[in-house]
Amino acid sequence: MPNEVVIQVENLGKSYLIGHEMRNGRGQESFREAVGRQARGMVRAALDIARGRQIIQGNKIEEFWALNDVSFEVKRGEVLGIIGRNGAGKSTLLKILSRITEPTRGRAMIRGRVASLLEVGTGFHQDLTGRENIFLNGAILGMSRAEIKSKFDEIVDFAEIEKFLDTPVKRYSSGMYVRLAFAVAAHLEPEILIIDEVLAVGDVVFQKKCLGKMQTAANSGRTVLFVSHNMQTVAGLTERAILLHGGRVAANGRSAEIIEQYLVEQGPASTVYQRAASGTHPEITRVELYTSRSGQVQQFGKPMTIDVEIHAPEPVPNAAVSFHIMTSRHQPVVHVLDLDSEVPMLRSAGTHRLRCLFPRLRLYPGNYYLNFYFGASEPRRKFEAPHQICPFEVAVLDEVREFYWYPDNALYVEDVQWTSQVVAPEGTSGNPVLHA
Amino acid sequence: MASSEVIIECGRSEKNYWRDLWRYRELFQVLAWRDCAVRYKQTVLGVAWAVIRPVLAMLIFTVIFGRIAKLPSAGVPYALMVFAGMLPWTFFATGLSDASNSLITNTGLVSKVYFPRMIMPTATITAAFIDFFIGLFILAGMMAWYHVLPSWRILLLPAFVLLAFLAALGPSLWVTAVNVKYRDFRYVIPFLVQFGLYVSPVGFSSSVVPQKWRLLYSLNPLVGIIDAFRWCVLGSSIEWRGVGISVAVVVVLLWLGIRKFRNMERTFADLI
Repeated sequence: MPNEVVIQVENLGKSYLIGHEMRNGRGQESFREAVGRQARGMVRAALDIARGRQIIQGNKIEEFWALNDVSFEVKRGEVLGIIGRNGAGKSTLLKILSRITEPTRGRAMIRGRVASLLEVGTGFHQDLTGRENIFLNGAILGMSRAEIKSKFDEIVDFAEIEKFLDTPVKRYSSGMYVRLAFAVAAHLEPEILIIDEVLAVGDVVFQKKCLGKMQTAANSGRTVLFVSHNMQTVAGLTERAILLHGGRVAANGRSAEIIEQYLVEQGPASTVYQRAASGTHPEITRVELYTSRSGQVQQFGKPMTIDVEIHAPEPVPNAAVSFHIMTSRHQPVVHVLDLDSEVPMLRSAGTHRLRCLFPRLRLYPGNYYLNFYFGASEPRRKFEAPHQICPFEVAVLDEVREFYWYPDNALYVEDVQWTSQVVAPEGTSGNPVLHA
Repeated sequence: MASSEVIIECGRSEKNYWRDLWRYRELFQVLAWRDCAVRYKQTVLGVAWAVIRPVLAMLIFTVIFGRIAKLPSAGVPYALMVFAGMLPWTFFATGLSDASNSLITNTGLVSKVYFPRMIMPTATITAAFIDFFIGLFILAGMMAWYHVLPSWRILLLPAFVLLAFLAALGPSLWVTAVNVKYRDFRYVIPFLVQFGLYVSPVGFSSSVVPQKWRLLYSLNPLVGIIDAFRWCVLGSSIEWRGVGISVAVVVVLLWLGIRKFRNMERTFADLI
């Protein structure tokens, strides 16, 4: 039945008790005080044990609601993204829905066989071989032995570890280990799949394979709950998302809108570098990079602007300013140069502003930063310029094409024009056919 | 489809618990198999350890209690009597110490996957059966060597093996649960096990205990179990009332263990 509600969460809440250690006001505590404090702590702990209560370190106890009054519904076949900052309650929510921990308040109803993947390779045993670990991990994730047996070859194939099947996994490279672990997980066939940020592992080729596998899972009518920090993945895999903030549902709706809201929460739509002018030599005092979205996220294909302020105590003849856009792996992708001979600049003393506009930024989704260079050509001079500034992220958030946006797949996307035509219809041949 | 509907609520997990326990039986098998498989991994002597340890202990007890202290052995070779007592004792002790740490050594599983937690200590105790079965073979070899033939009573042995299993399970569940919160118990168990070796009739026959103290002595459940083992295998005399007391103690401990475990189980993932 499509449209049937398979997950229904009502007013779910989870509280933890946290202890704080309060010291006397003087800051330093004497040995005698420390001994006294520990002794008091021990007596209190002993009393707690006797009464069967939870022991909490520290002498001031605070109740903390990791999740508070959370309600939402998921229909069969829906792929729901759950986003939010660290500590927003995402993992707690998944843990409750996977029945690992109990809620303090509220209830949740789940209809169907659930498998949760909160970690890759849960329960792998270092001393066991790859073959043995497939069975172990499969059973832990809830597969029956018969199911694992029937999918065994497929799993081994997917993980590409045939040769090392009978080697203990502690001898595996970390890449092989992760591949094996994910291969088992990818062959789970539950009705409801709960996933926590597990795609952030493995090499690029393997990540692609996993994304593909997940897409198939989502397309085959399975219900998926998916937590991620990677907006690209959330945008690519989910239609609907929930934004958690401080343990509460801050927003619930179409992924693109929810992601936008999350980005706004992440901070302003620009990133700034700034330093006070020394006044002794020409220098870059401020760089501001304006991204198309909040949270320093630049939407692929949209305009991006960079403002550069330069303070010159005296005119700088034949000035030249340039910068590199660097990938997070410190590889330059774009070099941009501005020469005085082309755009006159810094021809008088004072503070000047240069503006550089990218009408359609076509960098591949990923993280980038800027390295600046500043000098003059005649007489040849070189000034200090800031490096590793203005970090930003490029993302494709609405135009999602299959098999296209994968982390580190490329650095740059060119605007191209494809054409297609039939050169040899079936039955004829473009080449002369030789008859005997 | 209605059968797979799950309601998650505070205090709700009680309902499906025993059914879930059955549903997760394959995981139980796999975990028990894992514990067996890794038991002697990366050791030079491997399974030989399962032979060396009890045989050495038997030799020491035989020399100290049999030769030096000259304690009686009720008509069977002293070494044989010691070994027949050592079998259930070693099973109990290994089971108890391994199971008590089972949740702590599997923190990753407890905090990342759902399963009825009782599976874990139970599977760990089950893994202690390998050493036990190897010990049975040694015992059979020794009986052949001493020309001691077992009688029909040996058929009752499985019942007492089960009793030994339950005797280990009760305290294990209790300690495992408490261990999650208070790691102190990690240090208590090795001490208790070491101590228990001498208060249980492992190195000597329980007939050396004065008659008027025998029933009180049977409050130690291992007394009944070890006596019954010797009765099954060697045909030693047995105090059935004592065995009855031991069985009762095992049942009470099991009940206490399950209750404690079930009470604390819900908070394991938060505390571990």
